Amino acid sequence: MRKSLIPILTVVAAIFVIWYGAAVALNMAWAKDQATRAGTNPSFTELVANTWSQKKPKLPAPHQVAAEIWKTTGEMVINGRGFSKRSLIYHSWITLSATGIGFLLGAGFGILLAIGIVYNRVMDMSVMPWVIASQTIPILAVAPMIIVVLNAIGISGLLPKAMISMYLSFFPVVVGMVKGLRSPGAMQLDQMKTWSATKGQQFWRLRLPSSMPYLFASLKVAMAASLVGAIVGELPTGAVAGLGARLLAGSYYGQTIQIWSALIMAAALAAVLVALIGLIQRIVLKRMGMA
Amino acid sequence: MGWIVFGFLAWLAGWRANVWLARQPKSRATALAVPVIFGVTVVILWECAVRGFGINPVLLPAPSAIAVRFAGSTGILWEDFVQTVLKGALSGYVLGCGGAFLTAVVIDRYPFLQKGLLPVGNFVAALPIVGMAPILVMWFGFDWQSKAAVVVVMVFFPMLVNAVEGLQATDKMQRDLMRTYAAGYGKTLLKLRLPAAMPFIFNGLKITTTLALIGAIVAEFFGSPIKGMGFRISTSVGQLALDLVWAEIVVAAIVGSAFYGGVALLEKAVTFWHPSQRG
Repeated sequence: MRKSLIPILTVVAAIFVIWYGAAVALNMAWAKDQATRAGTNPSFTELVANTWSQKKPKLPAPHQVAAEIWKTTGEMVINGRGFSKRSLIYHSWITLSATGIGFLLGAGFGILLAIGIVYNRVMDMSVMPWVIASQTIPILAVAPMIIVVLNAIGISGLLPKAMISMYLSFFPVVVGMVKGLRSPGAMQLDQMKTWSATKGQQFWRLRLPSSMPYLFASLKVAMAASLVGAIVGELPTGAVAGLGARLLAGSYYGQTIQIWSALIMAAALAAVLVALIGLIQRIVLKRMGMA
Repeated sequence: MGWIVFGFLAWLAGWRANVWLARQPKSRATALAVPVIFGVTVVILWECAVRGFGINPVLLPAPSAIAVRFAGSTGILWEDFVQTVLKGALSGYVLGCGGAFLTAVVIDRYPFLQKGLLPVGNFVAALPIVGMAPILVMWFGFDWQSKAAVVVVMVFFPMLVNAVEGLQATDKMQRDLMRTYAAGYGKTLLKLRLPAAMPFIFNGLKITTTLALIGAIVAEFFGSPIKGMGFRISTSVGQLALDLVWAEIVVAAIVGSAFYGGVALLEKAVTFWHPSQRG
């Protein structure tokens, strides 16, 4: 970990340099245009400074995005309006709650279905191929329809978004969990038999514990998918609230800084959520003596 | 009422047939027949539920209505298919995967880059990249170029991570053997490491097929010319023409499965030597 820190930092620094450079390249046309209209002849450094401080740049510079994020989170908290509708914390919370509910439901159903598939041959043969086939279908395209249909029958707000998240997080969990529950070898299963273990004991003491590494790997995928589902689910509702709504509103009004700050916020959210699962994984596996 | 009873009976019959089939010795025929029967009973149940309960077609159209709409608007569906899949998704997929592969070969030469870029790439691969769509639509305009750009960004990192992992898949003994044959970097890459990387590369290619379609469709939600699958889905939802939406979803499902299946077939042909393909 220590050893790879310097290369990672170098790469991150390089990304920032490229970002600033790209901001200059992309925003230069506008800056020059402005200068000729004003009839001034700015020096190159002035032009560069302009490209990094435009109000509606093609690509905002990192510090502009950081300032916008601070303005809509930290500053509003200090002013005691941390949960007002204009703060990014409020929008993140909306998205996070849909993500969380969808993820929990999806993971729960996924685990149950996986148990059914492992213990029931008919289900295995009939459902499993469809689960795999469904992975190749761009489910996300259905999102707007689910939202509108559920709205029509009187379900709106959090639940439709959570449904999309659930749908997306469901499949990785099923596939990973089936693999995990089947991971004990014939030798281990035979050993359980020689101890005359019941089916329940075999499940709780052998199959479930040995499925844990698989479960956590797929939970990470499911969490990322769940967040994407929640964000996309917010698009067709007409930009009311949530990070997806901020993205859409930003793209309507050309507020690039707002788009980028919502995007960075979403990325941070994803990173935190996945890291959280990684932490739980480490604790659980350690207590089980597997890591 | 009759429809509901019929649907229930059809479900029962289908399940009984599957139970019976599952008890038979395993063969190719049963492995194919069971999921097909399951799928057919689900469709029958859906049709019967819609008719029996009189569900409003605005909420959930019956499969028969979707099929009629599908057959009736092949022209529109084909136009959307060309716009979204051939122009948007496919060009982005080729560019993104190709670029990621070349980047992986470069990264692989420099351990420093490898140590730095790989964690960052892994991190980025888990991010909600679809969110980039509005920005890229702003940069590249409403037509398919912006959709291709979204697809490039979406497929790049998963592909990169897989390709880099694949290039490391050879062990020391094999590389030493190449050295004793006096093979240089290029020869080793071409004859040993690229073939060994193929299972990983195809894994990446398969994962990214779905991502490419999702990227192209979702990017159209942020603005597109008046054709394309994502455009059609979002506008038809607005007009409550749900049968057309479902027809588009059927197209997306067929395309997605065919895309994945095509890559899987290619994989079978290229990595015939791998244990997972010989089973």
